[in-house]
Amino acid sequence: MRAALSAIEVLRPRGLSHALELIASEPQPVPLAGGTDLFVALNAGAEPRTRFLDLSPLAALRGIRSSREGVTIGSLTTFREIREHAGLRHLPALVAAAAEVGGWQIQNRATLGGNIANASPAGDALPVLLAHEARVKIASVRGEREIAIDRLFTGYRQLAIERDELIVSIHVPWPTRGAVALFRKVGTRRAQSISKVVFCGVLHVAGRGMERVRLAYGSMAPVPVRARAAENALEGSALPAPQGAGSPGSPDVSESSAAAARRALSKDLAPIDDIRSDRDYRMDIAGRLIEQLLRVAAFSPRR
Amino acid sequence: MSRPIRVTMTVNGRRRHVTVPAMKRLRDVLREDLKLSGSKEGCGEGECGACSVLIDGKSVNSCLVPAAQASGARIVTIEGLARGRRLSALQRAFIELGGAQCGICTPGMLITATELLQRAKGRVPGDQEVREALAGNLCRCTGYQKIVDAVRAAARTRVSAKRAKARPRAAAARTRVSAKRSARPKTRRP
Amino acid sequence: MSPRRAKVAVIHAPSSVGVSVHRVEGVDKVTGAARYLDDLVVPGVLHGRTVRSVVPRGRIRRVTLDPAFDWKGVVVADHRDIPGENVVALIANDQPLLAVDEVRHAEEPILLVAHENPERAEAARLAVKVEIEPLEAVLTVEDALARRALVHGDDNVFKEIVIARGDLERGFSDADLVIEGEYRSGHQEQLYIENNAMLAERTRDGGLFVRGSLQCPYYVHRALERMFALPAGKVRVLQTVTGGGFGGKEEYPSMIGGHAALLAWKSGRPVKIVYDRLEDIAATTKRHPAVSRLRAGVMRDGTLTALDFDLVMDGGAYETLTAVVLSRGAIHAAGPYRWPNVRIRARGVATNTPPNGAFRGFGAPQTQFALECHMDRIAAALGMDAVELRHRNAVRIGDVTPTGQVLKESVGARQVLERVAARSKWSAARREIERANAAAEVAERSARTVNGGRRLRRGLGVSLVYHGAGFTGSGEVRLASLAAMDLDRDGHPRVRVANTEIGQGTTTMFAQLAAEALRVPAEFVRIEDPDTGSVPDSGPTVASRTCMVVGGLVAECATAMRERLELFAERPIKGANDFAHVARRYLAARGALRIERRYRRPPGIEWDDASYRGDAYGVFSYASCAIEVEVDLDTCETRVVHVQTAQDIGKAIHPVLAAGQIEGGTLQGLGWALLEELRWKEGRVWNHQLTNYIIPTSADAPPIEVEIVEIPYSHGPHGAKGVGELPMDAPAPAVVAAIAHATGVAVSEIPVTPERLRRALREAGR
Ligand SMILES: Cc1cc2nc3c(=O)[nH]c(=O)nc-3n(C[C@H](O)[C@H](O)[C@H](O)COP(=O)(O)OP(=O)(O)OC[C@H]3O[C@@H](n4cnc5c(N)ncnc54)[C@H](O)[C@@H]3O)c2cc1C
Ligand code: FES
Ligand code: FES
Repeated sequence: MRAALSAIEVLRPRGLSHALELIASEPQPVPLAGGTDLFVALNAGAEPRTRFLDLSPLAALRGIRSSREGVTIGSLTTFREIREHAGLRHLPALVAAAAEVGGWQIQNRATLGGNIANASPAGDALPVLLAHEARVKIASVRGEREIAIDRLFTGYRQLAIERDELIVSIHVPWPTRGAVALFRKVGTRRAQSISKVVFCGVLHVAGRGMERVRLAYGSMAPVPVRARAAENALEGSALPAPQGAGSPGSPDVSESSAAAARRALSKDLAPIDDIRSDRDYRMDIAGRLIEQLLRVAAFSPRR
Repeated sequence: MSRPIRVTMTVNGRRRHVTVPAMKRLRDVLREDLKLSGSKEGCGEGECGACSVLIDGKSVNSCLVPAAQASGARIVTIEGLARGRRLSALQRAFIELGGAQCGICTPGMLITATELLQRAKGRVPGDQEVREALAGNLCRCTGYQKIVDAVRAAARTRVSAKRAKARPRAAAARTRVSAKRSARPKTRRP
Repeated sequence: MSPRRAKVAVIHAPSSVGVSVHRVEGVDKVTGAARYLDDLVVPGVLHGRTVRSVVPRGRIRRVTLDPAFDWKGVVVADHRDIPGENVVALIANDQPLLAVDEVRHAEEPILLVAHENPERAEAARLAVKVEIEPLEAVLTVEDALARRALVHGDDNVFKEIVIARGDLERGFSDADLVIEGEYRSGHQEQLYIENNAMLAERTRDGGLFVRGSLQCPYYVHRALERMFALPAGKVRVLQTVTGGGFGGKEEYPSMIGGHAALLAWKSGRPVKIVYDRLEDIAATTKRHPAVSRLRAGVMRDGTLTALDFDLVMDGGAYETLTAVVLSRGAIHAAGPYRWPNVRIRARGVATNTPPNGAFRGFGAPQTQFALECHMDRIAAALGMDAVELRHRNAVRIGDVTPTGQVLKESVGARQVLERVAARSKWSAARREIERANAAAEVAERSARTVNGGRRLRRGLGVSLVYHGAGFTGSGEVRLASLAAMDLDRDGHPRVRVANTEIGQGTTTMFAQLAAEALRVPAEFVRIEDPDTGSVPDSGPTVASRTCMVVGGLVAECATAMRERLELFAERPIKGANDFAHVARRYLAARGALRIERRYRRPPGIEWDDASYRGDAYGVFSYASCAIEVEVDLDTCETRVVHVQTAQDIGKAIHPVLAAGQIEGGTLQGLGWALLEELRWKEGRVWNHQLTNYIIPTSADAPPIEVEIVEIPYSHGPHGAKGVGELPMDAPAPAVVAAIAHATGVAVSEIPVTPERLRRALREAGR
């Protein structure tokens, strides 16, 4: 442990409004949720701040509530809770992402709010939230506001929230009937790994066409991003026909739009060479994951 | 130096009070203030799991938990797995099947395996299931094979322990010894 | 210190050898009672920290202690405080304990600080400012050979070895095909889960007492004698419970022990130095990277005729163990095959990177990786099955190795290959996999979705390797290991050896071997702690020598002890109670009884250091692996599905421990093959966090099925040969072969990361 932990002060709020007062006070404290990002930085001696605000007493930031429109997840919800909550089975991509975050020990502590606020381009939940068009509820002494997740990430590890604001909850609308979702994490190993490429795609289907397409990536740009040019290339085109087992089948009807989507990715994404992978690999894999999504869609039973 | 805080928690069934810096790592509180040195450190960054303890039944990395957040928690460390001198089924299986080599990962491994068996509620978890559950506990010695075998063997005894106080199955599950001109019976995977 | 007693043991009488008795220290390890170095509470202890170079090469211009910092209570030591020689004694003795005016690698230790509060010690470390004028650095073997800068001698070569046998020209002219290849492997970190940790105290008699996580107490002992100009009797080194070593705690503990001792010497207080993971990965030794160029001649029928092997290893900035790692690598370079004509040229070069050192396998995994990949290339060129080519050329009794060693006994090469082929159902499994791969391809072409949209292919590969047990050449003779046994007052026998338990079960194995010879249960035998104050120098715990060499000496001591006591009693001794009874009577009548045995070269084993000819090892162990993988053609990720392995280790004294060694070594081999890679940035390790140096988790580990083949060696205890390192040699080439089977592309560099595989597939037009 390279940080001097004994020099750090931890504020314990009595409730949300107290917490909002504390975080607005000087020197502004750093919110502390599950600590799985903050302690790593402290251990490496890379976190110089010495005043923290412990969010764990805040009941207002907990809980998972479903409604007709979607589900609202408290920011302190752990990935373990997301994995296990029966109400989230209609968001299989989110559950899949939660199951691939760290190992059990991390899932038992790491929170969804922390994943968002940490704003790592590799945060595994973030492409899922982007592809599902989640909205984030934020509070401060000035009041509450909601922001669409795709407007949240403004630059490398930067968020469109003020330092005196807290993330309260995340609202994820239910996907449309028959929508197809794929979550795919390509990490440094099979578990307890950081993503080299993390992807979530959601195809909202109308008839045989892809009415609305949402593609989102992590580790492919300074921030987690939606791939809008690629989405446009796919939207409106027909889904590949489901093939019965053994039938030779015509070549994939959406092959040309898939190729167009792959090409368009160069406008959407700007991966780099870093400690975990390289640009070329990432770009190639990003395209192939769209193809995988379309293959899955071709196979999915239409409802 | 900020003012230390008073923390009360239940550790291995006993109520304990400590006065420590609020951000002191739970691992260090256990080791330094409570003299429970069984929780190890392999990384200090949540990767290796050698510092794992149970908080309210869930395995966590105690190197990532501040004392302030352990307040009021029910904590179980490696020192709390045996009942007096009677080892748990998992501990016995680790000894009998070779689940511990150098032993530095063993405390954390046993803690997460304990959570797994509690979640399995008497079911014997599958090979892949055990491998997934233990992925946050790195071991460099064993190749994990004997750990997986031991966890599953312990689950089996827990299942049958309801009726009889059975012991884990005999050792050498996956190993076969074939000697030239050897009359010794060969052991095979059951 | 409590002795390593056999606490729980279930003995299947009458024999304990060959039976998996309970680990001596098993209960302590599963209850958290085992005390590793960091667990020791020492009153008044200071915590030491190391100030290191941030550049790979340069001249130290100035070291300043920040005047704004409060230095009260901080102990500071640099090279001027060393009472003896500023050297970490090993072989060439070229590595300083603390840099003087130049640094030759990043993270080279320059200055030490200590404080009783670890947070203050860390702050003090950061308050030391070191100004270094950078010099041009050599960071790769290519740069070293091109003499981009001269960092050692006049050619940057630490050591060159040539091994030759037969007539290479003839061999190549006899060949129908000549096949060339180049293979590379990178650094690998041992990554024991317990980081390096040492504790030093000044003793009242003006000596030193050093404890720590280490493999070789006498290495540290001798290094301390030199650094502190102390006689042997004033130094005491004790191994504490050690959380893994794998070679990584062979030589480096002498450095850390020296640092802790220097701070203790200066302050008069006990000093603990416990590395954190960041420092441990960045600063300590690694496996030597290697580049191997091979040219092999073969006849149409698969008979090998000639091998020309050129090996370059990166030794890092100081020679340390490079010469011996290189030597083992070179000797194993031709693999367990008959090569009538062979030349092996090996060079260890200097670079400005932290010195590379001992790591399980000690050079042999690198060269056999290259050779086994080349065997597959040969098989492919001949259109011959990989098992068949190996089987045809595998060594048998009477065959001769490149150093001219005639293999006289215990040669299991063909047996292990046959067992693996049978258990993996080699031919049928390969055919089945090819059929499934073809079917998957057809399905994908017709846009049918299989495997959840993933394009997966399977592959099966095989390898065959061997590993010499014990020190190379005349090493064991020079070591002249000494083991002893004596009697405790209550009549229990006590084994005294310096070999360490680092997780591999040494203590249990010694207890078994002694018990067998004494005809008592294993738990009756006591094993003294590896403490240089109370055990003789039985040599280091390395080189797969502990069971075969030291275990043999322990068994001899025990046999002699039993004979002495039976002579005294004038009757045979029956069991533990009787033994204790007779022993107590002996002690009362005659006084202490101590038996010692020193290593003697078995008859008929000859080695000449000058010509590099003769019996490089008393005997070899053999291993074969069949590994099945699954490759995702989109992401180029490789998953290991299953490992079958058969290993001839002579005799498994303790089958569970032996299998544990094999499984653990196999997974380290898989990590080396697929995941583990050091990334460098300006001469410094970039990925020194555990989150970025990737070792396999349980989810990455495949089921590993082990078959132990026992072909006894007449000079090993109960026929035992070495097992510690062998398992590391086999997996990597089998993985590469399996990936080639799955994708049609054989890569020539490990680790086969997805990025590397993707580039290889692309280059091959796939
Ligand atoms: C071993 C290991 C493995 C990991 N594996 C993964 C992985 O596979 N995938 C992945 O995505 N991440 C991974 N992580 C990173 C981390 O676990 C996640 O980012 C996690 O979601 C962070 O949540 P936390 O509650 O622990 O955050 P903290 O560490 O408590 O906080 C993180 C940041 O968010 C801020 N913050 C937290 N909550 C709020 C809030 N409500 N409002 C405003 N700001 C807030 C904090 O101030 C801090 O800056 C891993 C970490 C470790 C140590
Ligand atoms: S020490 Fe806590 S996870 Fe490694
Ligand atoms: S037993 Fe050594 S790390 Fe697991």
